[in-house]
Amino acid sequence: MRLAGIPPLAIGFATVGLVLGVVELLLLLGLLNQFVIPLPSAVLGSFGRLFAEEQLLERLMMTGSEALAASVLVSVVGISLGVLLYKVRILALATEPWVAAVAAAPVVLAYPLFLVIFGRSAATIIAMGFVAGLAPVILKTLEGLKGVRKSLINVGLSYNLTPSQQFWKIEFPAAIPTIFVGVRLGLVFALINLIGVEFLINFGGLGQLINDLAERYDLAGVFATIVFVILVSVVIFAALERMERWLRPGR
Amino acid sequence: MPASAAKLRLAETVKEADLVIDGVTMRFETREGAITAVDDMSFSVERGEFVSIIGPSGCGKSTVFNILGGLVRGYEGKVSVGGDVISGPHPSIGMVFQEESTFPWRTVLDNVAFPLEVKGVRKAERHEAARHFIDMVGLNGFEQRYPAELSGGMRQRVAIARTLVFEPKILLMDEPFAALDEQTRLLLGDKVLKIQETLKQTTLLITHNITEAVQLSDRVIIMTFRPGKVKRIVDIRLPRPRTGDVVGSEAFGRHVAEIWNDLREEASRGMAESEAGARRRKG
Repeated sequence: MRLAGIPPLAIGFATVGLVLGVVELLLLLGLLNQFVIPLPSAVLGSFGRLFAEEQLLERLMMTGSEALAASVLVSVVGISLGVLLYKVRILALATEPWVAAVAAAPVVLAYPLFLVIFGRSAATIIAMGFVAGLAPVILKTLEGLKGVRKSLINVGLSYNLTPSQQFWKIEFPAAIPTIFVGVRLGLVFALINLIGVEFLINFGGLGQLINDLAERYDLAGVFATIVFVILVSVVIFAALERMERWLRPGR
Repeated sequence: MPASAAKLRLAETVKEADLVIDGVTMRFETREGAITAVDDMSFSVERGEFVSIIGPSGCGKSTVFNILGGLVRGYEGKVSVGGDVISGPHPSIGMVFQEESTFPWRTVLDNVAFPLEVKGVRKAERHEAARHFIDMVGLNGFEQRYPAELSGGMRQRVAIARTLVFEPKILLMDEPFAALDEQTRLLLGDKVLKIQETLKQTTLLITHNITEAVQLSDRVIIMTFRPGKVKRIVDIRLPRPRTGDVVGSEAFGRHVAEIWNDLREEASRGMAESEAGARRRKG
């Protein structure tokens, strides 16, 4: 079936609205349990209270800036290390399996160590997010650079490019799509860990608020806060997509 | 003959030759032992001449291309360009590659201007030069498009324009139209003929397509299957300037048949060997 003329965004919102409406109805009819799932209308209704009483805006800003700091660190350090491993082959051979192992490890369990090093502070939260997101960025940067088509490299060689021209004009732009796959993965891990550690050490922005509200059994508030967590990730990923298109136009 | 006279004579013969390949042999080490990809190849290409190298798959054509382009080393013999023995990519040589080689993240204009950009030519100047060659390959109107928005034949023309913008004295092309359909290939062949007539560039084309070789060349060098050697050099006696009509002429057909006669034996040997290789790997 074609929904000609209706913008996709409208269809998206309509779908979400419909699903929420159905959930609301099932809850009201008693087919779903209100002690487990709050009424969507109650979640919407709690927004005002959260802003007024729970400093939601400040918390949003705090988590947002932690997320931004971790994202920048993950991207800059991850891409640089990936480039280093690409340039120094012996390093890549020695460390690549370890980096891959770290990527699969539940780094969040190491939070006590970070608490000892950085104290119960935003630094711990950012560091946890950073460590969790680093491995995929390194691996994908390395993969992207190793996978640059031989013909593009040969074009550069045939024009006698300097090594730095060869890297910045050909290898790096050619690798950008793969590098961004890594950055996207890395940021997912970083965000999950960031919110998780806020929750665990009961410090900071949205993660702490979710912890508080859950302790008070304020289900509507918990779900409402989760909506704002999603908002943070949507904003970060939209910005990331913009950046990719700016850095690497033309698909 | 005194040494100086010999030197003089050599200089005279070399004078008109832009590209001289002298006793080039290239061996590769593989798991199944050493393979001689190119064996004692010698030929020269004169200034303004269009020469094709034709041979069956696996005869070392692309190795010759990479050697002439200065992309591989470790061969015996020597290659000289206008008298200089090359030891790497030579500034007089422009290369057009078989595989997709346009930069997907650059517009057509910036793709073509690339060689000038890396040499530090000012933007206005390099764009003007790029526009000229984009026009020459018939892509005007597509300057701001990205390669993904073009067809394969158009992308290959972008690659050709990018090589021409550098104004190389010698143009090396490695099966530039291999991935294209026959009709597009013939039409692009016409385009290449026109461009070569305008620029009078020395051109060496690597191909496995007999019609393409006959349509474009002054001479066709036929290579043997492994090890790649010069089997025979055929002079193509077709009038110039040539147009697409030449393809239908009787002389054209004769040249195609003549080359196929020589090539058939090599091609069947190549096919038999690759089948035997596949069987060995299976067993």
